[in-house]
Amino acid sequence: MKDKKDKSLVVIQLSGGNDAMNTIVPYNNGIYHDSRSAIHLTEKEILDIDGSLGFHPEMGAIKNLWDQNKVAVINGIGYPVPNRSHFRSMDIWHTAESESIAPDGWLGRTIREIDPSHNNVVTAVNFGRGLPRALVCKDVPVASVGDLETYGLMPDIKGKSQRHDALSYFSRMYGPNQGRDAILEALGENGVSAMNGADILSGANSKYSSSIEYADNPISNNLKDIAKVIFADVGTKIYYAQHGSFDTHAGELFNHAKLWKDLSDALGDFYEDLKEHDKEDDVTVLLFSEFGRRIEDNGSGTDHGSGGVAFVLGGSVNGGFYGEQPSLELSEQIEGDMKYNNDFRSTYATLLDNWMGIDSVPILGKNYEKFNFIKKGT
Amino acid sequence: MSNKDVMLMAHLMRRVGFGSSKDELEKYVKNGYDNQVDLIIDSEPNYEISKHLINRYQPDYGSPMGNTSNGASWLYKMIWSDSPFKEKISLFWHGIFATGYAKLANGIVLHDQIKMFSKFGLGNYRDLLIQLSKDPAMIIWLDNCESHKGAVNENYGRELLELFSMGTGNYTEKDIKEASRAFTGWTIANKDYMTTKSQRDSVWPYGRLAMHFEYKEDDHDGDEKIFLGEKGFFNGEDIIDIICKQKATAKFISRHMYSFFVEDEPPVPEWPYKEPNNPQAIELLSEVYFDTGYNIKEMLRFLFKSEFFKSEKVWNKRVKSPIELVAGTLRITKEFERPDKQQSSANSHTSFMGQHAMNPPSVEGWHWGTEWLDSGTVVERVNFSSSKLGNVNNSGIRKIIDNVKSNISNQDSTDFLIENILEELGSIIISKTTKDTLKDFIDSKINSLESLNDENMSELLQLIGAMPEFQRA
Repeated sequence: MKDKKDKSLVVIQLSGGNDAMNTIVPYNNGIYHDSRSAIHLTEKEILDIDGSLGFHPEMGAIKNLWDQNKVAVINGIGYPVPNRSHFRSMDIWHTAESESIAPDGWLGRTIREIDPSHNNVVTAVNFGRGLPRALVCKDVPVASVGDLETYGLMPDIKGKSQRHDALSYFSRMYGPNQGRDAILEALGENGVSAMNGADILSGANSKYSSSIEYADNPISNNLKDIAKVIFADVGTKIYYAQHGSFDTHAGELFNHAKLWKDLSDALGDFYEDLKEHDKEDDVTVLLFSEFGRRIEDNGSGTDHGSGGVAFVLGGSVNGGFYGEQPSLELSEQIEGDMKYNNDFRSTYATLLDNWMGIDSVPILGKNYEKFNFIKKGT
Repeated sequence: MSNKDVMLMAHLMRRVGFGSSKDELEKYVKNGYDNQVDLIIDSEPNYEISKHLINRYQPDYGSPMGNTSNGASWLYKMIWSDSPFKEKISLFWHGIFATGYAKLANGIVLHDQIKMFSKFGLGNYRDLLIQLSKDPAMIIWLDNCESHKGAVNENYGRELLELFSMGTGNYTEKDIKEASRAFTGWTIANKDYMTTKSQRDSVWPYGRLAMHFEYKEDDHDGDEKIFLGEKGFFNGEDIIDIICKQKATAKFISRHMYSFFVEDEPPVPEWPYKEPNNPQAIELLSEVYFDTGYNIKEMLRFLFKSEFFKSEKVWNKRVKSPIELVAGTLRITKEFERPDKQQSSANSHTSFMGQHAMNPPSVEGWHWGTEWLDSGTVVERVNFSSSKLGNVNNSGIRKIIDNVKSNISNQDSTDFLIENILEELGSIIISKTTKDTLKDFIDSKINSLESLNDENMSELLQLIGAMPEFQRA
């Protein structure tokens, strides 16, 4: 058994509201075909799971991991009183607070638990532009990286001693001083953690070597960069990336297929890369979206809905279905949507308690029932 | 001319535009503050950036087809226009009505939308919302072309109320449905062909085409509707009339103005839960909204002349958006006299900092203020401004160095040198800590006029570009 400190969590946000019904497809359900006259997937196309549900046709690499029992599919995931605004619903998922506006994110609070005196500025690394609210927590520094290869401050100042001086002036201007307002506070915190993070992460990039060739698209590039940091062993526990937009009001068949192909292939390569570096049991991946979409299509796409699907993947995962596949019967729908039957915070709690080894109660505010999608003894 | 007047003018120019040089500031102060506000607000640009110039050097800028050239040609106008206020207004509306390339795969309609903002963006809010509802980019972006009599798509109806006028909490789900019904039939000409082209991201066979609004009476749900308590056979214009009458709309738009031009407010999703920074200012702006028949120009005239705007308390209380930072920096360096390829790549820096013009992360647009800042974007921002200011080959920087050298004698203090440079850069105000840091640098390297050489000046300017103060407006 590996030491707990080697474990990490990769969170991939499917922005825009992934259509759960065209992801895990109830392909032989009559109601599915009736309500999706414009954008249904057929039995011939889908990748069958159990004779009633199937993966979207472009999810071959994920299906392959499913066959190895490494994918937990959490059907019917959501929260009470669904909100169909992207921002509000995403906010709810990010903060794990569905009734009021919380000041910080669930992963931000987790980082604070892991590293309360923030000794390590790369405890969490966000790939992409703009820090998602999930990672925001006062006084918690998170490195945010667009491209690992070019990461660093004032690169035009050359010469070792000049750089050293310039960075020390920089840290003085951004360091704590008297009379800071909220803006300077934010500039200061981020400036200083940027400086420290840059040092550590530039090392990760130069050390990486692998035989896996990732595709060249944003989500593949992000997962490749995540792999680089994992292999560098710099103590990062949480990785975050985003993929989208899944807001398929129109042209869904075409757009949704491309989104899942890019993501599924990237995850396949990422898992192979982990295996090559003997890390496949140390990394667990969560895929989530802010909501599912309406059961009935609108002629070319689907509108905002509620109950959705999430995935947990990795070598330490007990594959299978969790939650229940929501019934599509009219009487079981909620305002035209699939009704949620498990709170997303149960999935968070399982990841926190059973994977990260962190008490979920202070982070989520109460005790949520847990799933058993993490293998015992990991 | 008092230093205070110059400082106030510098504040105004950072807000109505992207900052001004020392020469400009001195000229404007002579006009008098209120006069200068009127001049900015009322005058049409007397030199519009020549389309021919853009076509000559960068054909793709002139008829923007792709994803990046669009932002690049807009940035070129921000850098060179003598009326940057116009571009600032378009930027203001683009932030609220954020519409993106990702879904449209067509730069022309986005370019046309920005043009629409500059044409209607200072008129009255009712007209602007009607133009917006007829805007082809918006119609595709929020799927109104997929909303039909009997098969309503709620996307536009919802966002019109939530993001473009009233904000959440001021209407019901039923109002969204009714508003959406009223906008059925508001579509674009040749819709199936145009949307298929967008979805396929296709340039064949005729390139990316301009699009036009079309109203389809036979696809419009003309039945009775009840919207915000009013009952009638409403069409889209009627819905907008009702929206514009609402106190919530006045407050919503006033708060946006306050946030963009006065000081950062929290991002929109927090508005229902957090009081405005200055509730009285929002009240005053709302009054002007109703008194002038929803007139945006008059609201802004009032705003810029108000005590709450002029107050030193709000100076530099905004984090520059990436576009403001890049445009403002390039106005100083003046390195792109022609819209060439390098300028296009400078434009892509705004996306590295989290703001890709005409390609917002979601229909919500961008979160602003301190949310622009994270340890990743701070790296991008600091690196951009510090590299640009430190490049002594740029004509703007060259001129600043020459001016400073001619103003300074061997007897002058380090403080005087710092003041001089900051004035040249547009009267930037800095903290004591920053000043002490710059002083230490200067004292360690620059002890005579001879040591004011390019190498040292470059390093000093890089440090100035890296100051936290340079990130604020």
